[in-house]
Amino acid sequence: MLTPESLKRIDREIAKYPPDQKQSAVMAALAIAQEERGWLSNEAIEFVAGYLGMAPIAAYEVATFYGMYDLKPVGKYKVSVCTNLPCMLTGGVDAGEYLKKKLGIGYNETTPDGLITLKESECMGACGDAPVMIVNNRRMCSWMNPEEIDKLLAELK
Amino acid sequence: MAILGAINPMLTVGLDGDRAWRLADYLTRGGYRALRRVLEGKMPQGEVINEVKKSVLRGRGGAGFPTGLKWSFMPRSFPGDKYVVCNSDEGEPGTFKDRDILRFNPHSVIEGMIIAGYAMGAGRGYNYIHGEIWEIYERFEEALDEARAAGFLGTNILGSGFDFDLFAHHGYGAYICGEETALLESIEGKKGQPRFKPPFPASFGLYGKPTTINNTETFASIPYIINLGGEAYLEAGKPNNGGTKLFSVSGHVNRPGNYEIPLGTPFATLLEMAGGMRGGRKLKGCIPGGSSAPVVPAAMMMDCTMDYDSISKAGSMLGSGAVIVMDETTCMVKALERLSYFYYEESCGQCTPCREGTNWLYKVVHRIENGKGRPDDLDLLASVTTNIMGRTICALGDAASMPVQSFIKHFRDEFAYHIENRKCLVPVDVQRAGSGFFTATV
Amino acid sequence: MEIEIDGKKADVPEGSTIMDAAQQLGAYIPHFCYHKKLSIAANCRMCLVQVEKAPKPLPACATPVTNGMKVFTHSPLAVKAQQGVMEFLLINHPLDCPICDQGGECQLQDLAVGYGGSASRFAEDKRVVFHKDVGPLISMQEMARCIHCTRCVRFGQEIAGVMELGMANRNVHSEITSFVGRSVDSELSGNMIDLCPVGALTSKPFRYSARSWELSRRRSISPHDSVGANLTVQIKNNVVKRVLPRENEEVNECWISDKDRFSYEALNSPARLANPMVRVDGALREVEWTVALDYVAHALRDIVADSGPDSLAFLGSPHSTLEELHLLQKLARGLGSGNIDFRPRRRDFSADGKLAGIPWLGLRFAEIQELDAALVVGSFLRKDHPLFAQRLRQLARKSGKVSLVSVTRDDPLINLHAQLAVAPADLPRALAAIVKAAAALSGGRAPAGLENVEPCAASEAIARSLLEGERRAIFLGNAVEQHPQAAEIHALASSLARLTSARYGFIGEAANSVGGYLAKALPTALNGYEMFAQPRRAYVLLGIEPELDCHDPQLARAALAQAALVVALTPFADGAQTEYADVLLPVAPFTETSGTFVNAEGRPQSFAGVVAPFGNARPGWKVLRVLGNLLALSGFDQTSSEQVRDELVPPGSLFVGGLDNGLKGGEVAVSVRRATAEGSLQRVADVPIHFADPLVRRAPALQMTRDAALPTARMSARTLGSIGVTDGVQVRVRQGSGEALLTARLDDTVPDGCVRVAAAHSSTAALGEMFGAINVERA
Ligand SMILES: Cc1cc2nc3c(=O)[nH]c(=O)nc-3n(C[C@H](O)[C@H](O)[C@H](O)COP(=O)(O)O)c2cc1C
Ligand code: SF4
Ligand code: FES
Repeated sequence: MLTPESLKRIDREIAKYPPDQKQSAVMAALAIAQEERGWLSNEAIEFVAGYLGMAPIAAYEVATFYGMYDLKPVGKYKVSVCTNLPCMLTGGVDAGEYLKKKLGIGYNETTPDGLITLKESECMGACGDAPVMIVNNRRMCSWMNPEEIDKLLAELK
Repeated sequence: MAILGAINPMLTVGLDGDRAWRLADYLTRGGYRALRRVLEGKMPQGEVINEVKKSVLRGRGGAGFPTGLKWSFMPRSFPGDKYVVCNSDEGEPGTFKDRDILRFNPHSVIEGMIIAGYAMGAGRGYNYIHGEIWEIYERFEEALDEARAAGFLGTNILGSGFDFDLFAHHGYGAYICGEETALLESIEGKKGQPRFKPPFPASFGLYGKPTTINNTETFASIPYIINLGGEAYLEAGKPNNGGTKLFSVSGHVNRPGNYEIPLGTPFATLLEMAGGMRGGRKLKGCIPGGSSAPVVPAAMMMDCTMDYDSISKAGSMLGSGAVIVMDETTCMVKALERLSYFYYEESCGQCTPCREGTNWLYKVVHRIENGKGRPDDLDLLASVTTNIMGRTICALGDAASMPVQSFIKHFRDEFAYHIENRKCLVPVDVQRAGSGFFTATV
Repeated sequence: MEIEIDGKKADVPEGSTIMDAAQQLGAYIPHFCYHKKLSIAANCRMCLVQVEKAPKPLPACATPVTNGMKVFTHSPLAVKAQQGVMEFLLINHPLDCPICDQGGECQLQDLAVGYGGSASRFAEDKRVVFHKDVGPLISMQEMARCIHCTRCVRFGQEIAGVMELGMANRNVHSEITSFVGRSVDSELSGNMIDLCPVGALTSKPFRYSARSWELSRRRSISPHDSVGANLTVQIKNNVVKRVLPRENEEVNECWISDKDRFSYEALNSPARLANPMVRVDGALREVEWTVALDYVAHALRDIVADSGPDSLAFLGSPHSTLEELHLLQKLARGLGSGNIDFRPRRRDFSADGKLAGIPWLGLRFAEIQELDAALVVGSFLRKDHPLFAQRLRQLARKSGKVSLVSVTRDDPLINLHAQLAVAPADLPRALAAIVKAAAALSGGRAPAGLENVEPCAASEAIARSLLEGERRAIFLGNAVEQHPQAAEIHALASSLARLTSARYGFIGEAANSVGGYLAKALPTALNGYEMFAQPRRAYVLLGIEPELDCHDPQLARAALAQAALVVALTPFADGAQTEYADVLLPVAPFTETSGTFVNAEGRPQSFAGVVAPFGNARPGWKVLRVLGNLLALSGFDQTSSEQVRDELVPPGSLFVGGLDNGLKGGEVAVSVRRATAEGSLQRVADVPIHFADPLVRRAPALQMTRDAALPTARMSARTLGSIGVTDGVQVRVRQGSGEALLTARLDDTVPDGCVRVAAAHSSTAALGEMFGAINVERA
């Protein structure tokens, strides 16, 4: 199901916890699985559960509880825009609207070419850099004014 | 660099340059001196805790609980494992200080946690890092490797016979994991649902073992307390409010960012440090302690000093030190709608008043904002908040209710106008101008 | 600790919660998520009460009592909090009480009357929650009714030992679900229906078949496994509509297995036998009772006259009542035959003459929770004994050391101390190794015959656990009783018990495994195996279907086929008996007759019929009594089942006398030999939970569960390889003259050299001994 590299990364996570607490690595393991496969299919969740010796439904609970897991396929790039109050005050909502117009899609939609999925997101803990967005859960982009957004989109193409 | 200013700083001294976060840089700034002092000087555990007590360091995560006192709750002679856990899940809207501490000064947190582990006899620690700040998580792992390689982590640290290891655990997008027991559940590989207390983590924490949880900034302050001495640290702030604190200023100011100032510094000074109000507009209100804290109207806010006691007197909370500044272009209904959406979305869903109440609050505020408010909606909101507050497992219920109560209390006219006229008191183009986003293109 | 609740004082032990104290005082505090058998979640917040000096209302279920605490459950503060919570619970709850199955027995409905407001202040759309399909037993059709108390989730994690339901998502979108379309397969799953305080989880078979207030409630006892679960049977128009647990802390606590709960469907099966039938010109014809009984009496008398009483065989079922078995053996003995038994799945009877008393569990169920260590030998624990397994699960949760020596590595969902899985033939050797280890560790003397036995690490760990702590017990499961060396294993267990001062006993195969001994439905001539191995001229079968219920169905079928007379006392008119029986006498199942079951701990539990017998069916004890009368035998004058019972159990006894697992004449010599020839494959036969007796076999919903899946030939990878077969391939399985076509399955829980082929199913009824040699080849 997962590549040996991913399994090695998961093993490294498991090693952080006491030997009888493998389940502690489930968040990391799901994140690694998602990173490798783009999203979390039921099979991937079940695989991770089996790998960590936990009930599939327990892993499913985790996968559905935390907002950064994608239980449906997303575009090659997932762009999450923070629209929470501090960001909203300094253009977060507008940045989202700008992106929507540019991409011709709404939140939770993917461009027809499968390249970009747009998400509205809660506070990212970077309100001083507002407006902020995150690409693929990993790369935070700060001070996203229209020029910066255009630059980002050009880069993602 | 988003640490933009300071008065008598400690935590943020010498953090210029890309390499400030590196161990070598930290060591030249006097890093791990406190740890050496504790371990090589064979400081008794009780003495370390006493020093922290003397500093009157109050937890920087939101509740402001005295750290030394919390540490003294850990059972001394517990036979099994004990844990120290750092709360870097910073997800409270407006708060972004822990990110910068970890970004520029991760070793201060590591050092603080090792000292805490020593003081409480814990052999293992975890730092729970907000999922959205992935680069910071990776950097922290690197910092841990550095510390391990240098012998600050692992067995027999600095030849003292004390063993301690520390690991990073990342979140993945759930605000509630900032609540300490939800955070523990999350480390255990479960949904982040808060536990009922008692029992408190000090007796039943991570994996059911005694555990102490502190905020990133709290741990980062520990080395400075040990180096300076508790009393000197206290004096840096004001009585009952020891030390300096990082404030995250966001919203309608010219220079949003983090500022380290002694507790007790006037709000006006902080506002000035942050470049003053954007576009020279008038302050309308301020949320002084993160989105969960009640909003304070401009006039009251300008009279406050930035410390636990003063802000509390103004009817709000210092919380995590997140100062959200709103100017006259802000529609308070819209602002509250966004906050209510946040709490509705982030409720963990387990306890009835929060799960159902946050949903209800949001729906009512949403309909007011969308011109479908009803005359008795403000009373309804007030009643729903009283049915939530104090009846939930964790404080998220209160956190969701306080903005609603305070926004309505201080800006009732604006809400009433909205309901009656089905539109904003603040014209939409004025609101737009506030965001500054399109000023570049318009 | 002293506490005062609403002015009433109570003393409670330290660690009690306010809820505990209130229950002690008989004060009711409204609640949903709290359940005395589950961990505390404190999530519903319905139990908020006022505590003196506390600024906020506190949840009674989770708040520990402190000394001198004063609690007010009805103060304005408390009531306001409770009303607030009730309003929240109702805003998203559908107002479908009139069509809801839970209507009339819904905790939410009940409390809403007291605490709910009148008009809803919630003007928004209610939450929509999609239904889920979790199998044939539990309906999750109306999940919008769920109030998120998580009792069902905690039940799975804590009681059933397997998390099959969880709460996915967060916030108001939280919903209870299984993992994407998975069914709920735990053998205890039906208890979630009871636990669900609203109509979110309901009984699929019961759905819409009656309203709760139309049902009358009667007490009964489960006829299935040896726990003797106490039941409430619910009736409408003389039909059993539903079966629920009746709480008895000492027996079944508040649980029952799915088998106990859903087997009632068989009572209403179209296969029920309404009238006596006699074979006339090769076909079974309905006749009057008098005709049928006359026929049987004459036929028996004729055969005795012709071939002697030794040509008669009488076989009862361990699911028969005490009264039935008592009269059956009287009938046999009255006619002069010693060929009587009630243990059709047994193979080795060599302990019979040496038993010091009635074999039983060796302790009371309630004592299990006090054990420090327990060893279970030869049991498919979860499926043979769901509630007994549950007690061991709780024991292990609280740090008791539970070990298993079994014939497959099935997961008992118990946190085990140690587990050994061996081929059936090696079961005595495995136990012998533990005996040896215990002798070495304790400095005691191992019995003779174990010279060549070597303890392994696991056997030493088990022996050590049995030597530590105060209270230890050894339990022998069904596979021991059915084992070809049952007596040897019995002897080894008794040696182990002697060496470790542990108690030991038999979990017991069925509801009346102890009762059958008490009734002396035991052979003085041919036993339950021999009566088929040495075919008789006449058979009287009581409540059993030998082709499914016997150790060697092949032998049984052959013997029945050649017999001159087969009389079957049965509730059913279908199955193989329609081929071999000459007379079918409709006898009442447990709901239609009074009777007694003696459970594994020796507790006689009498019950009355809850509905009138179906058609012209009659209670078995009455049928046997009349037969006794017709045959002019003495001792058949009872006018009630109570009179029959009183002959065996003094009125008012809590437990029956004569319970003793000892073997007379000291220890039985053990040889620890292999039962099958080296090199050949060995059969491992389990009796799947929903095939185990005539009732469950005919319960449609149970037959749709995973536990009722068609038998397969399960083998380890190594065994599969040795016969050149892979998973999924059709194989021909042969024992003696019979064969079955089955699908081969890879199953590494089966020991090498063994083939797991379930018994008690028509597809394997042509096969032979449960643990005998077996041949497998590609079909
Ligand atoms: C809903 C909720 C969210 C919280 N989020 C955070 C957080 O992001 N970071 C944090 O340090 N504390 C947070 N807290 C507070 C923690 O529960 C806890 O009090 C704190 O980590 C203790 O550390 P301190 O004593 O050093 O402040 C939160 C509390 C609640 C109720
Ligand atoms: S208050 Fe909200 S977030 Fe906290 S436990 Fe209850 S449902 Fe979860
Ligand atoms: S019964 Fe106490 S919170 Fe549910």
